[in-house]
Amino acid sequence: MDLAQYLPRLGQGLAVSLQLTVISVVIGYVLGTLLALGVSSRRPWLHWPCLVVVEFGRGIPALVVLYMVYFGLPSFGVLLENFAAAAAGLTFTVAAYSSEMIRGGIASVPKGQREAADALGLAPATTFVRVILPQGLRSSIPALMGLAIMSFQGTSLAYSISVAELMSQAYQVSTITFQYLSVYGVTGLIFAAISVPLTWLSVGVEKRLARGAR
Amino acid sequence: MGNAFIAVLMGLPMTLLVTVVAFAIGAIGGIPIMLGLRLRFAPLALLFRFAVDLIRGIPPIVWLFLIYFGVQIGAVRLSAFTAAVIGLGIISSAYLAEIYRGGYSTLPKGQLEAAHALGLGRATTFLRILTPQAMRTSLPSITTYLMSLIKDSSIASTIGVMDMVFLSNQFARQNPTTSGIVPFFIAALVYLIVSIPVAVLSRRLDARMSRNA
Repeated sequence: MDLAQYLPRLGQGLAVSLQLTVISVVIGYVLGTLLALGVSSRRPWLHWPCLVVVEFGRGIPALVVLYMVYFGLPSFGVLLENFAAAAAGLTFTVAAYSSEMIRGGIASVPKGQREAADALGLAPATTFVRVILPQGLRSSIPALMGLAIMSFQGTSLAYSISVAELMSQAYQVSTITFQYLSVYGVTGLIFAAISVPLTWLSVGVEKRLARGAR
Repeated sequence: MGNAFIAVLMGLPMTLLVTVVAFAIGAIGGIPIMLGLRLRFAPLALLFRFAVDLIRGIPPIVWLFLIYFGVQIGAVRLSAFTAAVIGLGIISSAYLAEIYRGGYSTLPKGQLEAAHALGLGRATTFLRILTPQAMRTSLPSITTYLMSLIKDSSIASTIGVMDMVFLSNQFARQNPTTSGIVPFFIAALVYLIVSIPVAVLSRRLDARMSRNA
């Protein structure tokens, strides 16, 4: 079996990896925004639980999170398919990391913006959603792009709970062909072919935002 | 619960060993790569930049499988531990080179000019003037990286290094009556506890540097 024969299998795996990435990034960033709000809150009953979730999500290896979801939830009566377990675990990690980036972005919005919105008589909710959040998110875009690339790479950990993503397909192919070096080499290059250009893009965006900043 | 605790904790020395050895490889390997990134001959510097991006563009688990299953010296395969520290060491070299480079790039140009005006040679300027300052500015990033490396060392379990995650898996498999989450939950807590001292250290370094700045 040569490259042309096993490439389609790797392609199937890549599709699963990309699905996992999109799910964990989209849901993760929404949850991350909510967590950022919770951590920034002055109400202790909101601040502390959110902070604990964020610190756990950032401090526990993603691989351990995956095992906890996969092996752990069934004992609470929740049965998840491998794919769903991987999506849930990766989303949790992404949410925790993104919340710190989003919080940093929100904190970087100058105080004058809030004061100006107050002076204009905008309601606090409007001020936050229409004035503060857009500017805060804008400055965290490069970091969030970097995190999206990291989560794409992180989907390879789903191999450990037998999700048929790119890494699992590579493993299957390599045990059939015994061409470990070339199979994992090609797999690595597929990951890099997507990650590296996106990294350059995020650096470009960062430079452009820096130029546009006051 | 007690048994699980002991079983998982037995893997802690291996987790720390993988982290420390990989970090040492990265800390040293990052130096020549950083010098390559700083080369004035642009094509060569770009080549180093591309290599660093490529290394970082491949997930750690792929690196480890590539080295563990793919590399043979004669008929001998590397041990799982060797493959893991080489793989994580290569990745660390790329990340740390980038961090080192960042440290130099934030230095004010006046430092270089002042050293030249004093008649210091290029090597002396680099080693005695720029390097100590660059090290100080990049220390917080280096400790942050060390914290992420502790977590990434868990990936070594996938090629059979008997670290905390490997032993958690083993315990879960051998004790099907205990809930599967227990050993992993313990491992998670140990990871959190282990990263606290590094976090405290990094916060202290940060505070000290901003005081001295």
